[in-house]
Amino acid sequence: MALQDVADRSLHDKLRRAERRKKIEAVSLIGPLLLIMLIFYFIPIGMMLYRSVDNSQMREVLPETAKALVHWSGEGLPGESAYAAVVADMKVAYPARTLAGAGRRLNFDQVGFYSLLLKSGRKMKKLGGPPYKEKLIKLDKKWGNPQYWTVMKRGLKNITLLYLLRAVDLRYDDKNNIVGVPEEQAIYASIIQRTVYISLSVTILCLLIGYPLAYFMATSSASVRNLLMIGLLLVFWTSLLVRTLSWILVLQDKGVVNSFLLSLGIISHPLPLVFNRIGVYIAMTHVLLPFMVLPLYSVMAGIPSYYVRAARSLGATPIAAFFKVYTPMTLPGIGAGCLMVFIQALGYYITPALVGGPKDQMVSYFVAFFVNERVNWSMASSLGVVLLLMTGSFYLIFGKRVNITNMKLG
Amino acid sequence: MALPAHATTGERIWYYVFRVLVAVVFIYLVFPILTIIPLSFNSGEFLHYPLQGVSLRWYHDVVASGQWAAAVKNSLIVGVCSMILATALGTTAAVGINRAKFPGKQLLVALLISPMMIPLVISALALYLFFAKIGLNDTYLGIILAHTILGMPFVLITVSATLQGFDYSLVNAGASLGAAPLPVFFRIVMPLILPGIVSGAMFAFATSLDEVVVVLFIAGPAHRTLPLQMFSGIREHLSPTILAVATMLIVFAGLLMLTLEFLRRRNERLNAAANVAG
Repeated sequence: MALQDVADRSLHDKLRRAERRKKIEAVSLIGPLLLIMLIFYFIPIGMMLYRSVDNSQMREVLPETAKALVHWSGEGLPGESAYAAVVADMKVAYPARTLAGAGRRLNFDQVGFYSLLLKSGRKMKKLGGPPYKEKLIKLDKKWGNPQYWTVMKRGLKNITLLYLLRAVDLRYDDKNNIVGVPEEQAIYASIIQRTVYISLSVTILCLLIGYPLAYFMATSSASVRNLLMIGLLLVFWTSLLVRTLSWILVLQDKGVVNSFLLSLGIISHPLPLVFNRIGVYIAMTHVLLPFMVLPLYSVMAGIPSYYVRAARSLGATPIAAFFKVYTPMTLPGIGAGCLMVFIQALGYYITPALVGGPKDQMVSYFVAFFVNERVNWSMASSLGVVLLLMTGSFYLIFGKRVNITNMKLG
Repeated sequence: MALPAHATTGERIWYYVFRVLVAVVFIYLVFPILTIIPLSFNSGEFLHYPLQGVSLRWYHDVVASGQWAAAVKNSLIVGVCSMILATALGTTAAVGINRAKFPGKQLLVALLISPMMIPLVISALALYLFFAKIGLNDTYLGIILAHTILGMPFVLITVSATLQGFDYSLVNAGASLGAAPLPVFFRIVMPLILPGIVSGAMFAFATSLDEVVVVLFIAGPAHRTLPLQMFSGIREHLSPTILAVATMLIVFAGLLMLTLEFLRRRNERLNAAANVAG
């Protein structure tokens, strides 16, 4: 073997070892963060997504009934064995206080189930021995209604689509078909619509207000630009709550805007500007405006002025030069700004909750509502899934064209 | 963008109309925040102008009231701890991502900054359900972990940005002169990317100090942070004490902004100098 070969091989080995060391280094640098994110973020998100369809707790409360209903065809009423099973389950679950939770879940599908289960559970002690079918039906005639048994069978499956369906105003009918909910119960589709509508309006308002501001900043002298930038960044860094609070104060009946208009005699009564949709638009546009102006400005600052001047010297009118030459060059900024504002607006909760009325609340509000007031985690998770799908789809459609990570953050 | 001497009447009108428009936008942007500050010194209890007198009574209220003092303390504990964690984890990960080349790098970055894009209420619900299982609701640790995750993407982005122009031959030079990897990091890399680290840390702290939604879900009464205290204050009983707290937060925002502006300009100056020298 020639000496050259040995040298080559050892160089090769050294290179490979160096490469490996680099890999180990990268893994040990990224690893800790990835691990924490996995345990405390991605797994929780996954569990929340699963929670929207998870129904396994029902089988823990009513195990015998679940077993007995497996072979039931779903036609007419089930046999005595199912009645005996439900009695056995209630006898355990009522004293253990787990029956109420199961009743609440079944009630979500069929109104009246909660009271039926609790009322029956309470009377289990005095029920006596079998056969139970007649006794239960005598106790409450709902036990003789096949609809309740259909709901029971559907409600004891380990996975349920009930909550996801309800989050888009759908439900099962008595034949297990998926149908729309009755009109007076349909609320979520309009909430989703409202969320998109408000977000879109706020995005357009931000663009209309932000574009001239960014343009002015990009084309004015350094001292004016600095003053504007300081104002913008002060707003950007000020707490969201403080900004929302300031709008409540400014827009209230005795606030600055109304007192000003009253003193000028333009109006004779204070205008309702807050705790309604107008307040939501004004405050949300204000809160999200920096996310529009900053990317617009960073694009505009890089556009040399000679393009527009060239267009003008070639005979373009000022308007044509602006819209045909300047505006197209700012499209990346418009895209980044609109995407940032729109996606953030979709998930807004605090600002509408504080300055909006009951008819101005968006999807996020109802997620919190189902957690804090209804303690219905399945419904909260289902609305969470809807919100995530909305945000995710917009991000997937438009995010490719707009590089969010490159966005300047103040 | 001065008005040229040969401008037509139309151009002249537009020139002034445009300036008025921008002024109106700027007033819309800054004015509401500024109205809070004088109101917080009102001696009366009303939340509107005219002031009934000038006093510091609401500031005194903030300091004297146990609830607000506790909220400030909680926010500082959570903010500082999550800032340190987010900065340490985010900086090391940014260095690792910047140096290594591997397939799926873009996807990994997208995943790591996803807490910034995913609606807060979803993160809040997911953490609430998960923490309920492992007993981390109503604890400092739970809130700190949550805020670490929410603040980390900002550190990742700012540190990555300063690493873009980083010259790795400096690391090789240090290593070839016999320095071990850790001293190389702390004595060569760190000072150079420090502006990015500091901005990221400030972003993380500000995120924690401004975060209501997650705290609303996972914090118990004993761990109320300042924003949560403010949120329930605005919702239930809007008192001038909140205006005093708001004014303090505006001053804090101003200081934060000035520090970051200083760092950014210093960085620009250094880059410009390096470009001239190189």
